Amino acid sequence: MAKNFSIKHQPGFTAIAATCFIVLYLPIIVLVIYAFNAASSTSEWGGFSLKWFQSAWQNTQVVDATLRSFQIGSIAAVLSTTFATMAALATTRTAPYPGLTFKYAAINQPLMVPEIVTGVALLIFFSRIKIFTGYSGIGYLIAAHTAFCIPFAYLPIRARLENMDLTLERAAADLYATPWKTFRRITLPLLWPGILAGLMLAFVISLDDVVITEFVKSGGQDTLPTYMLGQIRRGITPEINAISTAFLLLSVAIVTLFFFVSRKRD
Amino acid sequence: MPDKPDRNAIEVVNVSKIFGSGEGRVAALDAVSVSIRENEFFTLLGPSGCGKTTLLRLIAGFDFPTAGEILLYGQDIALLPPFKRPVNTVFQSYALFPHMTVADNIGFGLEMLGKPKTQIKARVAEMLKLVKMEALAGRRTSQISGGQQQRVALARALAPQPKVLLLDEPLSALDYKLRKEMQIELKRLQHETGITFIFVTHDQEEALTMSDRIAVMSSGKILQVGSPWDIYDKPAERFVADFIGETNFLTAAISEMANGKARATLKSGATIEATVAQGFQPKPNATVVVRPEHAKLTKGKGELSGTVDNIVYFGTDTHIHVHLDSGELFTVRQQNTRSAGCGFEKADKVGILIGSDAAQVLKD
Repeated sequence: MAKNFSIKHQPGFTAIAATCFIVLYLPIIVLVIYAFNAASSTSEWGGFSLKWFQSAWQNTQVVDATLRSFQIGSIAAVLSTTFATMAALATTRTAPYPGLTFKYAAINQPLMVPEIVTGVALLIFFSRIKIFTGYSGIGYLIAAHTAFCIPFAYLPIRARLENMDLTLERAAADLYATPWKTFRRITLPLLWPGILAGLMLAFVISLDDVVITEFVKSGGQDTLPTYMLGQIRRGITPEINAISTAFLLLSVAIVTLFFFVSRKRD
Repeated sequence: MPDKPDRNAIEVVNVSKIFGSGEGRVAALDAVSVSIRENEFFTLLGPSGCGKTTLLRLIAGFDFPTAGEILLYGQDIALLPPFKRPVNTVFQSYALFPHMTVADNIGFGLEMLGKPKTQIKARVAEMLKLVKMEALAGRRTSQISGGQQQRVALARALAPQPKVLLLDEPLSALDYKLRKEMQIELKRLQHETGITFIFVTHDQEEALTMSDRIAVMSSGKILQVGSPWDIYDKPAERFVADFIGETNFLTAAISEMANGKARATLKSGATIEATVAQGFQPKPNATVVVRPEHAKLTKGKGELSGTVDNIVYFGTDTHIHVHLDSGELFTVRQQNTRSAGCGFEKADKVGILIGSDAAQVLKD
């Protein structure tokens, strides 16, 4: 083997890398370009126009679905991050014991169970509750989103806690801080970047969900992704491209923002 | 040595700490008892795994004893959580809070005690001055050097005026020169603050130079407690004599024991005077120790005789290893002069003179 092994110097490296990037980004680029199409086709170019953005903006169904997505996403993100933080503290601030691995698996269960199974299970489960309570509001969607967001929030928080020096908490206790004060003044501030990352991940995952939402939602409870799916069934117009483009920009903006916030914290 | 008051700051009474159970049962501390006097620089010395850090953690409250009492000025604190003990710790890793400034770190303990802001500010300023860190009060702890972090850790632990300060190998991360400086600095701080220091180390030299008294520990037990002079010159057991400094072990028959002294007849047939460790039970083959610097090499006759095996030059002194005629090995340490060599060569036939105050009989 060569002295300085570098994968860059393997034959075909450039070609493979270029292919990967094209496969990843070309469809998205095409989608974005056609969002600015003046014609009503997603395959024929009719000149540059912002009219589809305007039409989406004026479409009350789109605005309605977007607001609902944000409402569910933000509440579910806050709830799931809170639960995930508590779970992460409970599973890292303890001596390892038999059954701890099982608990990790239980917390991460939504990552392993196929979404369609969760969707069907929740549909049946919630319909029973609906019969008993008569309630059919947005609470079901929030509960479902909170549940499947927990593992995504849990992972970065647990990683952060595991890297945190336990001696710091011991030092705080040694300096007369009660367990609650130690948490408030030492653990929480040092954990904050992990919590922000968890919050961001949970929000983006919730915003993006189609399968479970499709099963759990009642009539008139479309989120942006399920609305888009419904529209595509009736034929695609560049309005969908415009909505997708806006959605994409928003996601990139959120991820970038959180990246800078968490980097500053370090 | 300055006079120390007779009050005990800490009394450890029959403390045991057992980890695990059944087959995996380990006694980290085995019925340990020790009293630490007020205003004393007390050192727990021993190799890693001897239980010294466990004892420190029990005094700090990070762990609780399986049995026994820990008294702080007569009050049993063994089961109190750490935040209820007027005892502070300097950690081996310093454990400074990375999201706070130097000044905030130092003020943390006082803040948790609910002291008024003006009082905290004054005390922090006083502490910064004590450890000579005034200029860096506003820095983050990640922006200062290891030696400076060490000073901040000290100031933070001293700021709430604890009754006892615990130091868990605080100098081990520093390089040699800085460590020497900090040893002197620690002695100064202890003297200026008048706080009882309990210092944990595995470095025997550090223990000898800094401590008022030393407890030598091994396998969860305290083997000997005494002044550095006691520990070095009058070791009671083989482990203590071996762990601290270098020493020669000789087999001898003990006779005429009286007032802590006796006559030891060596294998060579020579008889020397020796002090006897407390608790020594007469037996046919006792062990006698002689420090290498307390013996003298001669070309004539001595108490022992042998052949020079090896000569090692150390700068300040030379170690001459002698193969005794009785089969044992013996090392003599000889102070160097600038102009002359050590005066001996390999394979020389030599005698070893042992002074009347050089030998100690061990109890084991």
